[in-house]
Amino acid sequence: MTKIKIKIYYSRDEIDKPITYELVKKYDVMFNILHANINYGSEGNLITEISGEDENVKQALTYLDENGIRYKKYTKSIIRDEQACIDCGACTAVCPSGALTMDKNAELKFEKDKCLVCGLCIKACPIGIIDIEL
Amino acid sequence: MKTIAEINEKIKKGTAVVVTAEEVIQIAKEKGYKKAAEEIDVVTTGTFGAMCSSGAFINTGHANPPIKMQSITLNDVPAYAGLAAVDLFIGAAELSNKQGMEYGGGHVIEDFIAGKDIKLYAKGVGTDSYPRKEILTTINKYNVNQAYMYNPRNAYQNYPAAINSTDKTIYTYMGTLLPKHGNITYATSGELSPLINDPHYRTIGIGTKIFLGGAVGYVSWQGTQHNPAQERGENGVPTNLAGTIAVTGNLKDMSTRYIKGARYHKYGVSLFVGLGIPIPILDEEMLRYTAVSNEEIYTTLVDKSGNETYDIKYNYAQLRSGHVDFKGKSVLTAPLSSLSRAREIANTLKDWIQHSNFTLTEAVTPLPREDKVNTLDIREMK
Repeated sequence: MTKIKIKIYYSRDEIDKPITYELVKKYDVMFNILHANINYGSEGNLITEISGEDENVKQALTYLDENGIRYKKYTKSIIRDEQACIDCGACTAVCPSGALTMDKNAELKFEKDKCLVCGLCIKACPIGIIDIEL
Repeated sequence: MKTIAEINEKIKKGTAVVVTAEEVIQIAKEKGYKKAAEEIDVVTTGTFGAMCSSGAFINTGHANPPIKMQSITLNDVPAYAGLAAVDLFIGAAELSNKQGMEYGGGHVIEDFIAGKDIKLYAKGVGTDSYPRKEILTTINKYNVNQAYMYNPRNAYQNYPAAINSTDKTIYTYMGTLLPKHGNITYATSGELSPLINDPHYRTIGIGTKIFLGGAVGYVSWQGTQHNPAQERGENGVPTNLAGTIAVTGNLKDMSTRYIKGARYHKYGVSLFVGLGIPIPILDEEMLRYTAVSNEEIYTTLVDKSGNETYDIKYNYAQLRSGHVDFKGKSVLTAPLSSLSRAREIANTLKDWIQHSNFTLTEAVTPLPREDKVNTLDIREMK
């Protein structure tokens, strides 16, 4: 089994293609959509987990490559500027998976393996120091 | 009984016993209030949270030929110009004309403290006294005249915790509130909070010298919406919005570690203000006040969508735990003000006092102890 997180970019021409359906049908991979920003008739993107047999996940990505569909693979989840962080905790209010919490010393703790890369913390951060690392 | 003058003598000699509002709790438990009050001279407090009612007066100096600035922007953020020719006020919650909610008055203030050049654009009508009609230049903290922070309302004595009862996420100055009671946010430093440690304003008054933004500041007046008549617990601590203070200090001496521009998604901009107040332990009563702990400080729960009202209070130990019970359901709680930075402020102030760099002041006059908050009603024009 392999589980990866990717962001698929939909160009104007691809927005009406059933890309996820093709991937599920052809390669038997599971989708866990974390964030979607798709508007018919314009560009969009989809952040999703894809899991399945190692070979199937590999082939699913090859399918995207061969069809010229742009995507980025998340390898490191979110990043924050630890020096600039003021440990206010506003991001912990929206983190759905408990990846961002306040520790015993009231400092922000980030557990990377719990992060869904949903990006809610990016907007919730009042000083704008969280971003997604690709 | 001790007087402030006696405590100042000890501070000057370097013998004053200074502890933070967190440390005093354990000391009081171990030694008892009476003995702790005899031993401790000063308790330091701290808070570091977004305080929208903040801003700064700046005098830019005169250009040649001079201008009476009638409309001003600083880094494209409007500043108030209705003062003398080159006096301006930049408010923390003002939005950028170009970047909207991503940048605002709070960020201008932070950039100014950082020593950066700020773009100044102003227009005037052109008069015999002030013939120039337009000016475009830069200012920074080294080339202006006076620059002082003047915050009409800071250091709220307690603040209600926030929840959202609707089916949609709402974006507020209490952060992002998830639908269907999905989270609760809260915003005070609890047992470290300045006005919670002197609940009846016995020592904190107009003229009190404080830590403001990393520099020395002063309480200049009661804050706007000062509401000492708020409901209080048996320990005297209000359980909802109560006292406030207006504060002032030299912007040029402040540090961006303790003054930080902020933005709240789909709400607007604000300013994180670091503020700490030393509390003289004049007697056992003051020691009791400062020894109040998070378990004993309650705040009211408020639905920020305005649809539901609750008769629910939580104490800050519960809120700090990360989850509270709301109608039988465990709800995530999240802070909005930085406890770790509040602690740092209380410790910095403690350090200043221990090293004889900061003495205490008698209040020139007390804060009002009776006052109420009016609402703005729609009144008939006569």
